[in-house]
Amino acid sequence: MSDANMNKKVCIVIGASHAGVNFAFALRREGWQGEIILIDADSELPYHRPPLSKTYLSGEEQIDKIVLKPRESYKKEDISLFLGLSVRGINCKDKSITLEDGSIRNYDKLVIATGARPIIPKIAGIEAAKKLFPLRTAADVAAIRNSLAASKNKQVAIIGGGYIGLETAASLNKLGAEVTVLEREERILARVTAAEMSAFFADLHEQHGVAVLTSKNVIEIKWQNEKNELKCSDGSVYRADLVIIGVGIHVNQELAAASGINVENGVIVDAQCKTNMEDVYAIGDCTFHHNPHYNRFIRLESVQNAVDQAKVAAAAICGKQIVYDAIPWFWSDQYDIKLQMVGLSDGYDQALVRKEEGNLNSFSIWYFKKEELLAVDAVNNTKAYVYGTKILKGNQRVDKKKLAAPTEELKLPNILVE
Amino acid sequence: MAEITFITRDNETIKVAATSGSVMTLAVDNGVRGIDGDCGGVCSCATCHVHLEPQDMKLIGEASEIEKDMLELDDNANEFSRLGCQIEISEALDGLVLRVAN
Repeated sequence: MSDANMNKKVCIVIGASHAGVNFAFALRREGWQGEIILIDADSELPYHRPPLSKTYLSGEEQIDKIVLKPRESYKKEDISLFLGLSVRGINCKDKSITLEDGSIRNYDKLVIATGARPIIPKIAGIEAAKKLFPLRTAADVAAIRNSLAASKNKQVAIIGGGYIGLETAASLNKLGAEVTVLEREERILARVTAAEMSAFFADLHEQHGVAVLTSKNVIEIKWQNEKNELKCSDGSVYRADLVIIGVGIHVNQELAAASGINVENGVIVDAQCKTNMEDVYAIGDCTFHHNPHYNRFIRLESVQNAVDQAKVAAAAICGKQIVYDAIPWFWSDQYDIKLQMVGLSDGYDQALVRKEEGNLNSFSIWYFKKEELLAVDAVNNTKAYVYGTKILKGNQRVDKKKLAAPTEELKLPNILVE
Repeated sequence: MAEITFITRDNETIKVAATSGSVMTLAVDNGVRGIDGDCGGVCSCATCHVHLEPQDMKLIGEASEIEKDMLELDDNANEFSRLGCQIEISEALDGLVLRVAN
């Protein structure tokens, strides 16, 4: 460290993915004069994660096209990147962190943006399985692509029919793989969408030649005759060269928890992204935070939340008060289908399906709790997504009868209660 | 090579050149304030909103239907609005001036 930097304040960010990187740049924009140090165990220049299971896996995009910022931008904004480096501990009392090599670095402000890691389910034999991959990092995707390229039969089993599993299925299908999705629940996307949406995506994948099998609880994996043999609880057996795991994530909160930072289902933060420890903030997938619109604590795995919390924390550290108050939004691209989602549907009592005249592949599902709109899932229907967003933001009431009638134009205020 | 000028909301002028890629990527790579490109360029977030000069509308073309719908999320949208991620850079764009909407 040069003498000129000796008296500078230091902000350390643990985790250089969407939240951490956006935070670093936002902090500089807010006027932070001190050092900004971004640390991540991943050695790649920080990249967008959503394309990993989509265009990056299918080979339509190379890693340099999905970086969050080019290397020069970090230099220009004087943001120090420490990649391929793990943080071993946080000491909130001394305001320091310990790196994997045992060295200690002091901070004035600390931001935890540690995200999440894939769950590797406790299936008998999973540790001994070969060619079995999670999908969370660029390295995971590279390993999957290499393994697929080397495989003769290109048979792939995907454990888990959530968004990651399905996007992966679509991308591998594009690459010529023979894909089977094994979902434990009775329908795919069971945790996140209504039955109509599950049925639509199951059909979509079947049409493209992906086998989507439900009520398939994999209980054993055996590597036999150069293949993985997956045994399900109903006695059925599937064989595959590659196995991909997409059954959800564990929050990376152990580091925080071990240093006395309050955690529950994620690192607990307030409306300014502050933790219970002085000068320690948390942002992104790893946080358990209050959402004012739904008036409850939630954890979100999304770009929206990463970006919004990054802005809030940067402002808070620079003495400005913005309060986190966002309606969550998400998207998923599979084949030529664009799914856009806004809001949180948990606790809905009615899922109203709106079809558009003359377009079978365009529809939307509107989730209600009594008269309150909770969320919208829109398939090839950006209008539904946009109006859903506006209605949620404005706390407006929807005329359900009009909404459900394809003859009524989908626009505002047409579908609102007069 | 196309030289493109971005004018931000606080009237900063940034002149940059590129041969390919999207206007959004060009702006993000050069730190143009107000262009975030949160979704990475798949027309899902509307954080790369620019206003074209009226005379450039013919050259660049109007927004697609999805893009128009996404632009409705932004109060600053008008008939000269486009999303930067949906404009591919080519030689023909040389000299283009874009005003950042936010």
